[in-house]
Amino acid sequence: MNPVVRSLRQVGASLAGAKAGLSARWHAMGPSQRLSAYVLGVLALYLAPWWTEIPLLGSIVDTPGTQFTTVLSDRVIIFVLVALGLNVVVGLAGLLDLGYVGFYAVGAYTTAILTSSHASLPWLIALPISIVVSMVFGVILGAPTLRLRGDYLAIVTLGFGEIIRLSAKNAEWLGGSRGINDIKHPPSIGPLKFGVVDPKPYYWLGLTMVFVVMFLLHRLENSRVGRAWVAIREDEDAAELMGVDTFRFKLWAFAIGAAVGGLAGVQYAGKVGFINPDNFPLLLSILFLAAVVLGGSGNMHGAILGGILVSYLPERLRNFQDKRVFVFGVALVLVMVFRPEGLLPKRVGAKKAVAAPGEGGSQ
Amino acid sequence: MTNDVLLQFSDITMQFGGVTALSEVTIDIRRGEILGLIGPNGAGKTTCFNVMTGVYKPTKGTVRFDGQDIVPLKRYEITLAGIARTFQNIRLFGNMTALENVMVGADARKASSVGGALLRTPRQRAEDKESRDRAMELLTFMGIADRAGDAARNLPYGYQRRLEIARALGTEPKLLCLDEPAAGFNPAEKQELNELILKIREQGYTVLLIEHDMSVVMNVSDRVAVLDFGRKIAEGLPADVRANPDVIAAYLGVPDAS
Repeated sequence: MNPVVRSLRQVGASLAGAKAGLSARWHAMGPSQRLSAYVLGVLALYLAPWWTEIPLLGSIVDTPGTQFTTVLSDRVIIFVLVALGLNVVVGLAGLLDLGYVGFYAVGAYTTAILTSSHASLPWLIALPISIVVSMVFGVILGAPTLRLRGDYLAIVTLGFGEIIRLSAKNAEWLGGSRGINDIKHPPSIGPLKFGVVDPKPYYWLGLTMVFVVMFLLHRLENSRVGRAWVAIREDEDAAELMGVDTFRFKLWAFAIGAAVGGLAGVQYAGKVGFINPDNFPLLLSILFLAAVVLGGSGNMHGAILGGILVSYLPERLRNFQDKRVFVFGVALVLVMVFRPEGLLPKRVGAKKAVAAPGEGGSQ
Repeated sequence: MTNDVLLQFSDITMQFGGVTALSEVTIDIRRGEILGLIGPNGAGKTTCFNVMTGVYKPTKGTVRFDGQDIVPLKRYEITLAGIARTFQNIRLFGNMTALENVMVGADARKASSVGGALLRTPRQRAEDKESRDRAMELLTFMGIADRAGDAARNLPYGYQRRLEIARALGTEPKLLCLDEPAAGFNPAEKQELNELILKIREQGYTVLLIEHDMSVVMNVSDRVAVLDFGRKIAEGLPADVRANPDVIAAYLGVPDAS
């Protein structure tokens, strides 16, 4: 074990060194260089389906058994969206939600009902409705339960996730265990064909959603709302005594988290075209939470990284066959042992102090 | 100084199960004064605070603040009515910067919410800037602006105590309640704190001060109220209170043999 630990430490140290080097280089860049670095980074992400064609990188990232792009569109993008939403609830507001899959299911099922033979609406109309319905479910769950704290809230939300799944299973009009199978795909735009063959457009659509959600959540985080959330996480009683209407802001955290979770559900339903209650097991709630905690609770970029790892690694490790869940579990445990605050924890006060007047002006 | 009463704490009884923490305590706080609230350990000082700030609802009695009955109000509504407090055991938002801690207080009187933040409306931006500027001003006033960008939990103890006061002032209170602000301070720091409290009063705030340390209470308070075993045993000018035999007995004990 000892050499393993030592080599892991070395890997950790060299990663930290690389990160420090990168951030030094980053700070040395001028604004125009940074912008071009951003643009290149974003471009590289949109080109991810072709990463497998690159000689060395390809053999590292390619997933055995499943097409790489399908892993991206069906798992990674979904998990990243979900992790972004759950990070608001768990990471910022500090509300332990173990039933987050419920909102994801509500989003997926709402889209399924609206676009299938029930109503036959286009996907594009189902999208906003599904988000609103998910939000409403967030409020419905939050309003009676947000007086509870910590473990008690966790238990109630755990129940919520199961209630949603079991309700879907037992409601005939929701297809029962068979689910719903004629869900519409997003509309094709010119050469972008949202069909069953090519997963790339779905990946691009999902990636765009991720950027939009990041942009909006960033605004919330750096506002009175975000400060209220973090204050509640840090000390709920003190926050209330400092004039924070804690109930209202907790409810907002739930509603916004639910909206993003619902959006992920919409994207998922529109891609696969077929859902049933077994797509929304309790395990998924736990993986979602693992993504946020693993990546770095409270830090948006950490949550994204966690979402990527939790969704991608099990696919990448398929060669281990039966042992892959074990290997994945060991990997999670090791990360939590060596990085207890997650891979990318939120750094407070590391930035240059105070009130740069132009802060947020880059948006 | 006027004799106008800001907070009227009348006949408050506070029971926890069979324990009576406060028994028919009546205290008036006048606008613009510094009222010291003292008493031996367990006398009920912090319980008084907790009743005033809505943490506990009194078993009996009324609390009127600025003409309004505040007992039925929620805690954050009491803060908005104009009572702010610090804590005996420091309770900052440890993983927020000092500046953000004070901004949370300053945000209390802002109206913009999720919609404003998502759209970055001009109003939201103006309010955000107001909070930020006000918070910076208060940190400067408390003399801790040099660490504004540091996480609250990384600040030295004295800074944390002062940050708590800055955060409370951020809510724009009429009455500032300080719960043992000098705890853990050395004499020089206590002296600084005295000056700070006087400076705060000069800014127009009314101050209620709970303190163990007599040098602080007696030097800055206009009036002093003394609690012992949940009852008010004395109230008056610091010099009078200090000479009051009941107070001496409460603090030093009654000699057995005389």
